[in-house]
Amino acid sequence: MTLRALLRLAWREGRASRRRLLLLVAAIATGTAALVAINTFTANLRSAITVEARGLLGADLLLSSRSVPTDSLRALADSLACAGGSPCRERATVTTFGAMGYIPTRTGVRLVRVTAVEGAWPFFGEITTSPAGSWPRLQGERIALVDPAFLTALGASVGDTLALGELRLPIAGTVDHVPGDVGIATAFGPRVFIPGALVPETGLLGFGARAEYDTYLRLPAGAAVESIADSLRPRLRPERVRVRTVQDEQRSLGNALERLGRFLGLVALVALLLGGLGVASAIHVLIRQKMETVAVLRCLGGSSRTVFALFLVQAAGIGLLGSMLGAALGLGVEQALPRVLGDFLPVTVTPSVSWPALATGIGLGLWTAVGFALIPLLGVRRISPLATLRRPYETAGRPPRDRWIAVAIVALMLSVVLMAIVQADSLPRGLAFAGGIGVAIAGLWGAALLLVRSLRRWFPHRLAYVWRQGLANLYRPANQTVSVVLSLGFGTFLLATLLLVQHNLLRSLRVDGGSKRANLILFDIQPGQAAGVDSLLRARGLDPTPAVPIVPMRIQSINGKTAQDYSRDTTDVDGQPAGWALRREYRSTYRDSIVASERVTAGRWWGEGSDSAGAPASISVEAGLAEELGVSLGDEITWDVQGVPIPSRVTSLREVDWARFETNFFVVFRPGVLDRAPQTLVTLVRVDSASERGLVQRAVVERFANISALDLSTVQRALDDILGKVGAAIRFMAIFTLGAGLIVLLGALATSRAQRLRETVLLKTLGASRAQVIRVAVAEYLALGTLAALTGLVLALGSAWALAHWLFETQFAVPAAPMLLLAVGVVALTAGTGIWSSVDLFRRTPLDALRNE
Amino acid sequence: MLRCENLTQSYRSGTGMLTVLQDISFEVAPGEFVAIVGPSGSGKTTLLGLLAGLDRPAAGTVRLDGEELSGMDEDQRAALRGAKVGFVFQAYQLIPTLTALENVQVPLELRGESDASRARELLARVGLGDRTDHYPAQLSGGEQQRVALARAFCTRPKILFADEPTGNLDQRTGAGIIDLMTDLNREAGTTLVLVTHDPELAGRARRILRLADGRLVSDTPA
Repeated sequence: MTLRALLRLAWREGRASRRRLLLLVAAIATGTAALVAINTFTANLRSAITVEARGLLGADLLLSSRSVPTDSLRALADSLACAGGSPCRERATVTTFGAMGYIPTRTGVRLVRVTAVEGAWPFFGEITTSPAGSWPRLQGERIALVDPAFLTALGASVGDTLALGELRLPIAGTVDHVPGDVGIATAFGPRVFIPGALVPETGLLGFGARAEYDTYLRLPAGAAVESIADSLRPRLRPERVRVRTVQDEQRSLGNALERLGRFLGLVALVALLLGGLGVASAIHVLIRQKMETVAVLRCLGGSSRTVFALFLVQAAGIGLLGSMLGAALGLGVEQALPRVLGDFLPVTVTPSVSWPALATGIGLGLWTAVGFALIPLLGVRRISPLATLRRPYETAGRPPRDRWIAVAIVALMLSVVLMAIVQADSLPRGLAFAGGIGVAIAGLWGAALLLVRSLRRWFPHRLAYVWRQGLANLYRPANQTVSVVLSLGFGTFLLATLLLVQHNLLRSLRVDGGSKRANLILFDIQPGQAAGVDSLLRARGLDPTPAVPIVPMRIQSINGKTAQDYSRDTTDVDGQPAGWALRREYRSTYRDSIVASERVTAGRWWGEGSDSAGAPASISVEAGLAEELGVSLGDEITWDVQGVPIPSRVTSLREVDWARFETNFFVVFRPGVLDRAPQTLVTLVRVDSASERGLVQRAVVERFANISALDLSTVQRALDDILGKVGAAIRFMAIFTLGAGLIVLLGALATSRAQRLRETVLLKTLGASRAQVIRVAVAEYLALGTLAALTGLVLALGSAWALAHWLFETQFAVPAAPMLLLAVGVVALTAGTGIWSSVDLFRRTPLDALRNE
Repeated sequence: MLRCENLTQSYRSGTGMLTVLQDISFEVAPGEFVAIVGPSGSGKTTLLGLLAGLDRPAAGTVRLDGEELSGMDEDQRAALRGAKVGFVFQAYQLIPTLTALENVQVPLELRGESDASRARELLARVGLGDRTDHYPAQLSGGEQQRVALARAFCTRPKILFADEPTGNLDQRTGAGIIDLMTDLNREAGTTLVLVTHDPELAGRARRILRLADGRLVSDTPA
């Protein structure tokens, strides 16, 4: 048979079941749309990052450190940017630190991120302000610019006076956009921009205050930025200066966003696979209904190969049409994605067509349709022409095993793994994802099968007739109950898992939770201020915790070996302490008792008193850190506390519950040796009402300008906000999987239409009223929806519990209301879809029962 | 028991109207056994559908046990069928997901009666007392039609309509079904209206109505 003739025959043969085939087209289109949308978006995002790359950093080179740049660092920077010429206009310094900002004439105070700018930063990209053109005024005038969120929080407006420590500045405008900035960044604290020269006037950067000092450089045109950065890194590392270039910025930003994009792409792939599953299930039933057609074709001289090719061509047509339709749809959906993900984007993404994404989408859609159709289609080859004469019973024994079906299944599984690897763009992640999907589908399949079987096994014979009839309908011959339950269940499973994980994450991060827990943290308290703060709080009827001292320090050596020794020693890489753990600044404390959020896992906690003079100080190290540092009981660590070496010995290890927002520490010293070291103090207090919290903060800040206060309910809102937005982005994609499930349901309904029609009119003939017939259908679809919802929920509870238990290590709780709402939603959606697609069946007259013979 | 007057039915077909039945009038007395015969396409099944209230006629009236069908809506006609009419079809029309017993019970269940004793009794009467829990797929064609017979009689209908009840069965099995049907008919005093193109089967009736091209061409005692 020629290809042309085959195509013509395939077209004619498919004509009769066009409605059913169109639903399969829709099943493929849904997944492809999701895939094309997210991949196009990721591609556009990538090109936007490349285009705006220099603006993301605002300079060619960034040198950042936690301490005031030394003169030699300044000299080095000037020599790079200005060849030593002075004053150097190609260097800018930005100092960032947290402080309490308020408007003296108004109530309220807010923890802000102060960004003090000295020089012409940013050299690339533009900061937009309102009124426009306010940014350069920071370089000469005594003004401040603020995030709009700051004005909103305090009910202030442009023109008001801003108080930061001792400094008072008029607010000259708001900063609306900083290149490379992510909208959600302001959630934790709005920014306030002030001239760099005015930092000393705030009086805030005293001892113990944390600040980031960034030196931005514009290098002469043609400078080899990367090689300069590479040569600087080893020189500056001992001084704890980080070197970053545009490329670094682009890479880390691109990586983070691409990871989100890839993850969403994998969710889209699930939608496509569900569509494929729907195709396989529908074709399986369709083939059974087409047995006679096939047998007739065989009688008329068609070889089994021709007949197989005929249906394969139909499947390919479905795949091609579905994926093209999906691709077009996906480009439409892509326009909506910047709105969903907007707050995470540091760049403006302009929607445009990405041909590789389009081609990948169409290719994957086509393959999914053909690959999934192949397995049931192979059965066509075994239909004998004899079937024209004799119709086999539905329950005839299982057909003999077909080698090719096994081959097709393996090929399909391999291709799914391949798709996952391509979509994840990483071998291990792709494998893990494919494995995860496999486990989830197998679990759902098992759960669906178990539920469907056990319903039949323990059939509720006492129910009213319409219910029994509706339930029995789930088991009609050639039913697709399991595959519908599976595909609807998958959507439910994804949504429920998301809800559960989000709920449990938020719950574990519930920092303002509990009616007795502290919800206000005061920090950077100088030792001389502690008594004053305490009496101020007590005067307001509050009960603060005793102030906890914090002593900043760094590691000088472990068992006599310094960080430099370690970095020079390349022979024993495995046994080395992790670099970050060696270089970071530790904020340690000293106390004689253990607190509620920690537990000694090795060694012994010290008793009262102090270590004998001359002996190394006893310390207790957090167990995870000890592992990173490669230290155990008895090891010696020498600390650099403001230039003074303090030897110590590890006498115990602790496990710390970091999720509890209390004052927790990596390293705790036995009292004695640190008592007189330079330190700041922290105190926690519970203030019930929000307005009182504002007043307390304001009172503290007005009397002790250097003390910062963190209102945990603000942090909580920010966390809720961020997790809510991430959740929304993932839910947006998960909706596609639920959509695919619904289309599979519609496909199954279309396939079983003739049968349902026969049942409906038969019941009517036997005396059933229309209401009874509708009730039977409602019972059937309610049961179907309930099975799907149960399957999804049961599995979601399992996987979310596993995630909470092993990944997030939190207690697991089930939010009953949202789960119930989701379940009811899925059931209602299923029943609604079923009833809606059957409305015309209810209207048919019973004469059809006689006619359709 | 059953009376139709000037019954006419037509369907829209392509460009024009296709008249399937034209001006048919006759009456069936209680307990009578009537066969409607005629070649394929003569309108037999359409007539049966109208008589049983499965469809509305284009013109004319049907009175079933004194009740005028055309004045009723669909649900009223369904209730009437449930109460007074039994059906036997050529393709048995059992519900595949229900057991033999449950299939027989369906018309009773639809009326809200869940007592299984009547259904059991009837299954025993048609010789399937030991197969009540079998599904249709586990029964042979003749057995399935016997289940259908039990279903038709379980509501003690006043009138039974049968559409080619032996069409899918071999001769011997078919004859057994007809025997059963006439026996039940006699025992319960049910009126029987049978549609067939099998002359032998029609010969068992006491009266034969012959259809051709949608018209009643003869009405003769057998």
